[in-house]
Amino acid sequence: MSSFETIKVPILTRVEGEGKATIRIADGIVSDVELNIFEPPRLFEAILRGRPMEEVPDITARICGICPVAYQMSSVHALENALGVEITPETRQLRRLLYCGEWIESHSLHIYMLHAPDFFGVASGIELSKRFPDAVKRGLQLKKYGNQLLERLGGRAIHPVNVKIGGFYKLPSRELLSSLIPHFEWGLQAAIETVHWVRGFPFDDFEQPHDLVALSHPDEYALNEGEITSSNGLRIAAADFDGSFVEEQVPHSTALHSVFRNGRTSYLVGPLARVNLNWERLSPEARRLAIDAGFANVCRNPFKGIIARAIELVHAYEEALSLLRQYNPKGPASVEYQPRNAVGTAATEAPRGMLFHEYRIDASGKVVSGRIVPPTSQNQKQIECDVLKFLQRGPANIASRDQMANDCERLIRSYDPCISCSTHFLKVRWET
Amino acid sequence: MARKPRLAVFKFASCDGCQLSLLDAEDELLTLCDLIEIAHFAEASSDLKPGPYDIALVEGSITTAEDAERIRQIRVDSRYLMTIGACATAGGIQALRNWGNIDELVRSVYPQPEFISTLATSTPIAQHVHVDFELHGCPINHHQLVDVLIALVEGRQPRVPSHSVCLDCKRNGNVCHVVAQSIPCLGPVTQSGCGAICPSYNRGCYGCFGPSRPANTTSLLSQFQHLGHRRNDLVPLLQSFNAAAPEFDSAAAQLRALNESTDEQ
Repeated sequence: MSSFETIKVPILTRVEGEGKATIRIADGIVSDVELNIFEPPRLFEAILRGRPMEEVPDITARICGICPVAYQMSSVHALENALGVEITPETRQLRRLLYCGEWIESHSLHIYMLHAPDFFGVASGIELSKRFPDAVKRGLQLKKYGNQLLERLGGRAIHPVNVKIGGFYKLPSRELLSSLIPHFEWGLQAAIETVHWVRGFPFDDFEQPHDLVALSHPDEYALNEGEITSSNGLRIAAADFDGSFVEEQVPHSTALHSVFRNGRTSYLVGPLARVNLNWERLSPEARRLAIDAGFANVCRNPFKGIIARAIELVHAYEEALSLLRQYNPKGPASVEYQPRNAVGTAATEAPRGMLFHEYRIDASGKVVSGRIVPPTSQNQKQIECDVLKFLQRGPANIASRDQMANDCERLIRSYDPCISCSTHFLKVRWET
Repeated sequence: MARKPRLAVFKFASCDGCQLSLLDAEDELLTLCDLIEIAHFAEASSDLKPGPYDIALVEGSITTAEDAERIRQIRVDSRYLMTIGACATAGGIQALRNWGNIDELVRSVYPQPEFISTLATSTPIAQHVHVDFELHGCPINHHQLVDVLIALVEGRQPRVPSHSVCLDCKRNGNVCHVVAQSIPCLGPVTQSGCGAICPSYNRGCYGCFGPSRPANTTSLLSQFQHLGHRRNDLVPLLQSFNAAAPEFDSAAAQLRALNESTDEQ
């Protein structure tokens, strides 16, 4: 007689947003894993229709409190693409600086407060601080300087107010930004220490044959622009996203999974994918650390996402430091544009991976429709596949239910899923 | 020594940004944890302890039948319930559905709308249960959050200023965008708390802290129209992150009614 059992992880903790996981066991073997999302839908694409396009960066920011800049960057570049706007080189640099602030804030939070506790069997960063007070204080300080950069350049850390179509509302004074330089000099060293700290963590041996996907740019570590590239040789313009990727509806869930159009296979986005694909274009310190950590020979162990995140923390501090030193506000804060009937697309690298936006606007400057593919909905199928494999390593009856639930949650957390983001895009549809 | 107050953080329809503000209090967080026991905070800790709680921070709005039930239980479990942010205090940006047709909205986003169960409205927590204190903002100001938590620990009545952003803006020494550039700015009718950042960054306030008390929207909106702004363009300004706050809602309704009567002429 067959036996069936279901293990539920009722609330995934230390992730952004609310979700749960379901593990099914048939005849002593884990047969299925589902990452369930129970965040209520907020219907962003529907809300955007008919709104003035100038509001899009501010409204889409509200999709996620941890990565609002990512939404502002993808939306503003997609709208500029639609309008045919060429931003100034100064705006381009300043947007890279703003994105560095968000990467720093988001990566420090995940490394120290959300992920590191798993490697020491404690429940939170606050508990971890009792054992490693200096490390956790370092993490909070690293995070704080990222937030300070966002505050000075964007007005505030969560839902900044300075990004607009064509550039920025205001260029901050040189003094306001250059006074951060000593903090960022400290931050670069502290980020390097972070890499050394996390490299010593005990990692499960779980190398996976992931197809990795990230933006790549010939001259820089891709943040706001680049071609979509993959470890299986894909290289396409961001505008051709739909030619290579498709969202699939799966019977067990209302959530759509983003997969390769050919073969319908899963793929991975985020720091692990980026460092593997683009390590050669990391900043000098970050590149050296990436080579030391084995990323030049490809590292596809999702548990080691924390190392990739720490390497990117070094990169973000090093690049921000260089941009802060060069900063000299000149020229217009933004360039003019005229509304027109058009469609525009853009992909940028959010802290958690590639974030694709597409907007149709009309001649009066109103949004006709919008479409957003966030990183977590792209990773969701990969996460489920990986958790299934991880739990299938041994007979299910040996591991206790608690251990299995814990393993499941631990692995899911290593991808830094952002459930608030993914839930609003369970379905994305483009009406033409 | 008396036992530490037990704090719980709960999320409803929202972006996570307001509860993140607690983790953004980098300088105060560890000290705060000496004064308060964090008993339930899923974003920060796997150790989720059951109630009762002394203080509950509630983020997000009510958009599903299950959530309408869940908030009732949280109320039962919590001695002092405080809502944080525009979603919890006014319904948030997702309250724009309140003026649309929910079936049409859901159909436009989901291919199989039958799988989606959501209410036709997004409502603030106070429409469902008694709320002891409201902290406004999209997002909230984390300094205000820390101040309020410390007041509660010390047994003081928490207070936050209710004057308008306009006063803070004057204090920042900004040149008024309405007067100098005819930019519509909600600063005169929006509650203080952000530090008047939008006007300080060369743009009009978009009201993310919700209405100040009082909020003379009628006078401000007639001034905007006097400066040449069309009523149609002013409606979205009022109908954003605090669209369902009564003062902004009725001001937007007033503009729409005027539009309709103008159309009839």
